[in-house]
Amino acid sequence: MSKTEWDPSQPILEITNLSISFFTRLREIPAVMDFSCTVMAGEAMGLVGESGCGKSTVALAVMRDLGKNGKIVAGTIKFKGRDLTTMGEEELRQLRGSEIAMIYQEPMASLNPAMTVGAQLAEVPMIHEGMSKTDAWALARQIVADVRLPDPDRIVNAYPHQLSGGQQQRIVIAMALMSKPALLILDEPTTALDVTVEAGIVDLVKDLGKKYGTSMLFISHNLGLVLDVCNRLCVMYSGEAVETGNVAEVFDKMRHPYTQALFRSIPLPTADKNSRPLVAIPGNFPLPHERPKGCNFGPRCDYFEAGRCDAGPVPMGDTGGDRHASRCVKFAEIDWNAPLAAVKTTERTPVGEVVLKMEDLRKYYEVSGGSLFGGGAQKVVKANETLSFEAREGETLAIVGESGCGKSTFAKVLMGLETATSGKIFLYNQDIQDTPIEKRAVDTVSSVQMVFQNPFDTLNPSMTVGRQIIRALEIFGEGNSDEERRNRMLELMDLVKLPREFADRMPRQLSGGQKQRVGIARAFAGGAKIVVADEPVSALDVSVQAAVTDLLMEIQRKNRTTLLFISHDLSIVRYLADRVMVMYLGHVVELGTTDQVFSPPYHPYTEALLSAVPIADTRVIKKRIVLEGDIPSAMNPPPGCPFQTRCRWKDQVPNGLCDREVPPVKHLATGHQIKCHLSDDILTEMEPVITIAAE
Amino acid sequence: MAMFLIRRFGIMLLTALCLTFIVFFLTNLTPNLEKLARSEGSVRMSDAQVASWLENNGYAQPLIVRYGQWLGAMPGWTKEIDGETTGRCITAAMPAADAPRFCGVLQGNWGQSTVFKRPVSEILGRALGATGWLMLWVMIIMVPSALTLGVLAGMREGSRTDRVLSTVAIATTATPEYVSGVILIVVLASATAGISPILADWGWIEGRTLFQGTATSAMDEITFWNFGLPVITVALYGMGYIARMTRASMTEVMTAQYIRTARLKGVSFRQVVIRHALRNALIAPFTVIMLQFPWLLNGVVIVETLFNYKGFGWTLVQGAGNNDIELLLSCSVVAVVVVLVTQLISDIGYAFLNPRIRIS
Ligand SMILES: Nc1ncnc2c1ncn2[C@@H]1O[C@H](COP(=O)(O)OP(=O)(O)O)[C@@H](O)[C@H]1O
Ligand code: SF4
Ligand code: SF4
Ligand SMILES: [Mg+2]
Repeated sequence: MSKTEWDPSQPILEITNLSISFFTRLREIPAVMDFSCTVMAGEAMGLVGESGCGKSTVALAVMRDLGKNGKIVAGTIKFKGRDLTTMGEEELRQLRGSEIAMIYQEPMASLNPAMTVGAQLAEVPMIHEGMSKTDAWALARQIVADVRLPDPDRIVNAYPHQLSGGQQQRIVIAMALMSKPALLILDEPTTALDVTVEAGIVDLVKDLGKKYGTSMLFISHNLGLVLDVCNRLCVMYSGEAVETGNVAEVFDKMRHPYTQALFRSIPLPTADKNSRPLVAIPGNFPLPHERPKGCNFGPRCDYFEAGRCDAGPVPMGDTGGDRHASRCVKFAEIDWNAPLAAVKTTERTPVGEVVLKMEDLRKYYEVSGGSLFGGGAQKVVKANETLSFEAREGETLAIVGESGCGKSTFAKVLMGLETATSGKIFLYNQDIQDTPIEKRAVDTVSSVQMVFQNPFDTLNPSMTVGRQIIRALEIFGEGNSDEERRNRMLELMDLVKLPREFADRMPRQLSGGQKQRVGIARAFAGGAKIVVADEPVSALDVSVQAAVTDLLMEIQRKNRTTLLFISHDLSIVRYLADRVMVMYLGHVVELGTTDQVFSPPYHPYTEALLSAVPIADTRVIKKRIVLEGDIPSAMNPPPGCPFQTRCRWKDQVPNGLCDREVPPVKHLATGHQIKCHLSDDILTEMEPVITIAAE
Repeated sequence: MAMFLIRRFGIMLLTALCLTFIVFFLTNLTPNLEKLARSEGSVRMSDAQVASWLENNGYAQPLIVRYGQWLGAMPGWTKEIDGETTGRCITAAMPAADAPRFCGVLQGNWGQSTVFKRPVSEILGRALGATGWLMLWVMIIMVPSALTLGVLAGMREGSRTDRVLSTVAIATTATPEYVSGVILIVVLASATAGISPILADWGWIEGRTLFQGTATSAMDEITFWNFGLPVITVALYGMGYIARMTRASMTEVMTAQYIRTARLKGVSFRQVVIRHALRNALIAPFTVIMLQFPWLLNGVVIVETLFNYKGFGWTLVQGAGNNDIELLLSCSVVAVVVVLVTQLISDIGYAFLNPRIRIS
């Protein structure tokens, strides 16, 4: 089949005034309104915005796969000049997979579990080009090699579950490339992956885009990634495109208040919790049926002007830049260079006594080799290896690392949800290591509390918010009467900045960020001294993240709480932590103050991690260090240094020491330690990964 | 794989032992034994005579010992009364001198049926053969039609095809065999009512009815005419259930991400269903089909009685109705084995269909 004829100087994809609605029994939900964008040949267009703003809906509309209740109610989507909105099923089928391909978030779920990888890949050219089976398999093998997967012959014969998440996503990309599409749509392709794996995938996508000249529609909520991948950008808010233009221009000369607010709420390298704190966007994202009249961003906008902003629909207006447009009636009058007004800066809190100390803590899990057919040989997962550190009063200690590195296990041991295999935990000099949570004294339990990643799972859905906080107070033995506890509960609501009326609401009536606030209120109910926050903001949208982070910091200042902040997001860690502990496969590979960890000398893993973090700042220059391969399984760790399978410094260590011996802890400066065989000479020569170019 | 099979087999044997012991216990309750004594000895025996009859026939031993003997794991009892040796393993054809020490189920000695006055093994063999044919035809009819029904219904959830087929499936499972059997007889196998007279009038069928209302003659020769109704009756009941499971599984698979991937690759709807959805959708129903076997045995009891077909179910009813302890015990052993074997097959088949378990 020949592909559509088309003049390359014309846009590949041209969406004009597109409106999409979903029809439910109750009402029509307008998901996307008056959306326009143009993608030229070889261009990568980024689509950013908070969850629920309609990014995926646009992508699915281009694929014409909106499901039973989704309808395009207005506008056109022209692909190479042909209108997709009026196309019949058969014509669409011929475009899908051959000229437009799509990749989405969950790689495991997008592959058929009962078919080999090769069969799923080969299917594409067999359908679209009528290629023979042998040729198609040969092509599949070649493309698998193209997406830089090792041992393509084995991989084409494997089933998806035999591959790791990163490998699966590469297969999904390979599948999209099988027939060299003109347009590739990527819907949050790396959200489910670890940062170092993400960096590899992003690199691959960029290279392939160049190699095949594919245009891309790249959807992400991560501005840093968009900066890395795209040339053009479209910011969406509540179903509308609010600003569109060339990436550098939108980043540096934004012309919409929402874009500006978004940038002020994310932890860029220039942000600092004391001198230049994040500014959260006030209020909440409006639900589709609660949108205000006029500008959707109106209720949350600093520049709102009654009578103009709420007069009627705001059209897109050209700002005069490089195809740069903004949906704001006031973009021409706002002083975009005005410095951030009146940020409240705070004093750095001094740290106090050591409150928590761990010595040589180990946690091993015994797991049976356990497949259905397996003999059930016992294996040991070393989730934590010789962990030693101390944390002081009023201090924020961040624990960073990728999935499976043992962060959550560590938290569970500290909380007493699991008992350590060996080692000691001292809380105010009291050894609590062997005491599981049921046996801990009430004040020990109430003084170590946890805030969980997912606010959706940890609240009881059938109890009012106030009642749940009162329950926690009862458990911790706070207050002498119901009256007293009720008052304390209301104080806690104030503490976490939730309106007091919310005490009578059910969890389902709250947004994600509000639920997380309830989780925080509960954790502080017993006057917690140590709060373990396990990825407390990673399930939340960027603008909400800032508010929740801020809240945690503020409570910490007030109560002089020790905060153990578990996260995989180095940007937020740099922003709020005093000290950082980097973990890899159960080992603490680096520990030091935030400045020490974020500047050289680095542990080689920290270096790679820093390089992998996407940063949404055009002035930042990063050294690219792409790690090969995946994180080894904790079930089967490599001998010697845990990081040796992916380390780029390994050959600087003589005698293959890295392959044989676990490195000892090396003290570099006061309080800075790394676990690496590299000599001091080499360490001092290390260059910084991130530099900020002068303006 | 070998380890897995051995382990599963061990568990299966253990379960079989426990279950048969329970059945043994229930059939050997004292009232049952007294009834047996009176029916075998004389109806007018006094209580003392009953006790001595039981004593002389080995029924006075502890339950566990008798179970061991029945199983063939313990030597059969022997007793000398008036210089004449009797025993579990001693019969008219097998004098005491030649009698083996063990004679239980394991040795192939399933005992003597008191109703049919023949060895249980012989009766059961014939009955199982007959039921085997019935089951075979039921499966041949039921499985393909149920799967087709389920897949067609689940392919497009909420469509008209789905609603119609689902209603049919629910109706058939909701109708027990004794109802559907009677209805089918009236509609299809009556010379005066239903559609047979009409068809006969038109000369479309040779006999007076489309189907025969009794399946006794199928013992000798199976024909469409004599076997159709019992097969349909059993199949209808099981079909609805399997179809519903298949539909549920199919609708779930059709909403999976990888189906969307396939669709967005440009695979046609037909191919999406056949290549991508079917195999994943059949994993769950496969287990159900296998677990359906034991339930079918249930239906078989009713249908065989209704159609007077002398298979396993009919034999079981005869055994139960006449306090035929040995026969009942053997029937239950067979039932237990069928249940366990089908479960084993369902587990293996599940693993085989699901590469996630097969290759790990
Ligand atoms: N209950 C458990 N049984 C066996 N292995 C476990 C258990 N909990 C965690 N692990 C293993 O321990 C390792 C560390 O896990 P975890 O603490 O969850 O890491 P992270 O929080 O960084 O994702 C992983 O390999 C995980 O599979
Ligand atoms: S139109 Fe008004 S409310 Fe909307 S973004 Fe512009 S200034 Fe803010
Ligand atoms: S010990 Fe060797 S392999 Fe491990 S991080 Fe250091 S240089 Fe790399
Ligand atoms: Mg975790």
